[in-house]
Amino acid sequence: MTFWNNPINFIGYWLNGVLTGWHLPAVLATLLIYVIGIIVMILFAMTLDIGLVWVERKVVARFQDRLGPNRIGPFGLIQPVADIIKMVIKEDITPDGADKIVYNIAPVLAATSVIVLWAILPLASTIYGVDLNVGLLFIVAAGALGTLAIIMAGWSSNNKYALLGAFRMVSNMISYEIPMVIILLIPTILADTMSVRGITQAQSGMWFAILSPLALLIFLISAIAELGRSPFDLNEAESEIVAGFHIEYTGMKFGWFYAGELLHAFTFGGFIAILFFGGYGGFFGLEKLAAFAWLNIPFVQALVFIAKAMFGYWVIMWVKYSVPRIRIDHMLAFNWKFLVPLSLVVLVNTALLNKILIVLPNWLYVLGMFGSNIVIGYVTVEILRAYGRKQRKAEQIPDPQAHTQEQAV
Amino acid sequence: MTAEQIIFLLTGALVLGAALMVVTVRNLLHAALWLVVSLFGVAVLYAILQANFLAVVQVVVYIGAIAILFIFAVMLTRREAMEKGRQTRNNWWIPVLLGLFILTGLVVLILSVPGVERTATALPSGLDTVQALGMALVSPDAYVLPFEVASVLMLAALVGAVYVATADKK
Amino acid sequence: MSIPLSWYLVLAAALFCVGLYGVLSRKNAIAILLGVELMLNAVNINLVAFWRYQNPTQMAGQAFAVIVFAVAAAEVAVGLALIISVYRRRKTIVADEIDLMKW
Repeated sequence: MTFWNNPINFIGYWLNGVLTGWHLPAVLATLLIYVIGIIVMILFAMTLDIGLVWVERKVVARFQDRLGPNRIGPFGLIQPVADIIKMVIKEDITPDGADKIVYNIAPVLAATSVIVLWAILPLASTIYGVDLNVGLLFIVAAGALGTLAIIMAGWSSNNKYALLGAFRMVSNMISYEIPMVIILLIPTILADTMSVRGITQAQSGMWFAILSPLALLIFLISAIAELGRSPFDLNEAESEIVAGFHIEYTGMKFGWFYAGELLHAFTFGGFIAILFFGGYGGFFGLEKLAAFAWLNIPFVQALVFIAKAMFGYWVIMWVKYSVPRIRIDHMLAFNWKFLVPLSLVVLVNTALLNKILIVLPNWLYVLGMFGSNIVIGYVTVEILRAYGRKQRKAEQIPDPQAHTQEQAV
Repeated sequence: MTAEQIIFLLTGALVLGAALMVVTVRNLLHAALWLVVSLFGVAVLYAILQANFLAVVQVVVYIGAIAILFIFAVMLTRREAMEKGRQTRNNWWIPVLLGLFILTGLVVLILSVPGVERTATALPSGLDTVQALGMALVSPDAYVLPFEVASVLMLAALVGAVYVATADKK
Repeated sequence: MSIPLSWYLVLAAALFCVGLYGVLSRKNAIAILLGVELMLNAVNINLVAFWRYQNPTQMAGQAFAVIVFAVAAAEVAVGLALIISVYRRRKTIVADEIDLMKW
């Protein structure tokens, strides 16, 4: 066990030796090492968060055909520091009729529900917090904590808009948890385990994005709804309810909500990378070849993972800055009438075909799973088109047709 | 006093303390939030008992769904006059005495069973509790029938709750 | 593995009695339901403790606990729906004032 192939355990042993050399009892030394590990993990997540503020502002600027922050530091890299200094020195207001304890705990709980997810996120095959054998359900549980934080924030602000925003956001989040849980069963079926590391290791043959692209799509949609980002951001629709559940929060409390949301988006990008794109593994088992053995070093794996997570985060940002906002009743109808039946169909299909096709050679298996997803997608689109056609006929709206120049005139 | 016993005592104090706050606090929304704290302590207890699937499901079902239901219900049925004044009935000392009496009886009964002071043996090494629970819930000679009946119960509760709570459309 | 079984059982008994006090002494119907939830959790702690200490290879304890989760969720959903419906008609959810069917 050297530093290069097992960094965390190596440092743990070394620290243990140092602490027992200082005559600390063994139990206390272990406890102290655990506490140091937790603090290091939290610091890593929050430092990444600072970088994400810069990434977000640059990317949104490029999507909107402008430059983004470029004054402070080269390429605006010091901009997040300026943002944080601004938030820290702002006045800390608690509204008069607000419930003080609940009001102050809500942002901390919201940020905690995100940082807690980093305990199970494996950055490399030997760099991870803990390997729970119910890792996927842990993601849903952390989401539940976030929902609680939002309703605490909305209610304790003693403000109509905050309460409205919180109600909308919470009904959104608990509705979209259902397709997410159903889709989280699909990597479980394909990898035979709920542990996050186990799922990553099971993808060394073939990424689950290819075995089940519809699951990837539905997970992406549910994740964006869980995050409360556009197009599902009714809770902070500036034009409607003026920042929703965090209206009354100023200064660093708002900073916790904002930073928590960005980190949550990146963490979900990380989960998309782990569940569907092979996580810290390489590319389809490339690392087993001798020429690419350097892909197995934990630090290179961590870089690969962060690159894939950045790609997932970029897709989430791409959707946010391209698509208009959806109304709350359309949002909920979309979930209950479309996503839940579709995810159930995909689940049943994956479960059946996994059992039936497993006896065939590997390429037939991959082709069968991928093909069945394409078939389901095509059938769904056809059903939607027929439904749309029927509705348009009922309302006497003509089908959209392309006109050439002469016909339009 | 091993580390595990200390963790158990702290968690037990949290669970009981939060439960006492649930039943005594005047503001009903604070009571619901104290219930969340108590349920989270119970999830920690499940984790100490190495039933980790149940621990996570406790957080998802109780805190993520039932507590949110309570908070919504409290918000939808608020009237300002209801939260001033006494929250307990007039003869509140009868439940206190009854509770203490039942508690004493239960503790005496529990401590009189032989073998109740034993500590747990280690789990068998090949046992994956999640997989074993899954097999037990769908295996025909295990518990598939209660599982299916529970799902019918959930369907009935879903339909019933939506129907009962829908406002009349005049 | 150094915690005696009796500690879990006494904790569950205490939680059950706190829930019982909540059910019997509170006026508000939702507060009564909160007490019922505490009692259901106490029962679950008992079941899981016995599963772990008696025979961890036999999943009856955990399966029973899962069914209790499901039943508790169903009961809270229907109970709160009923309370909201009663509030709409009678504008009160104090349990003593919902007495139209008393003799």
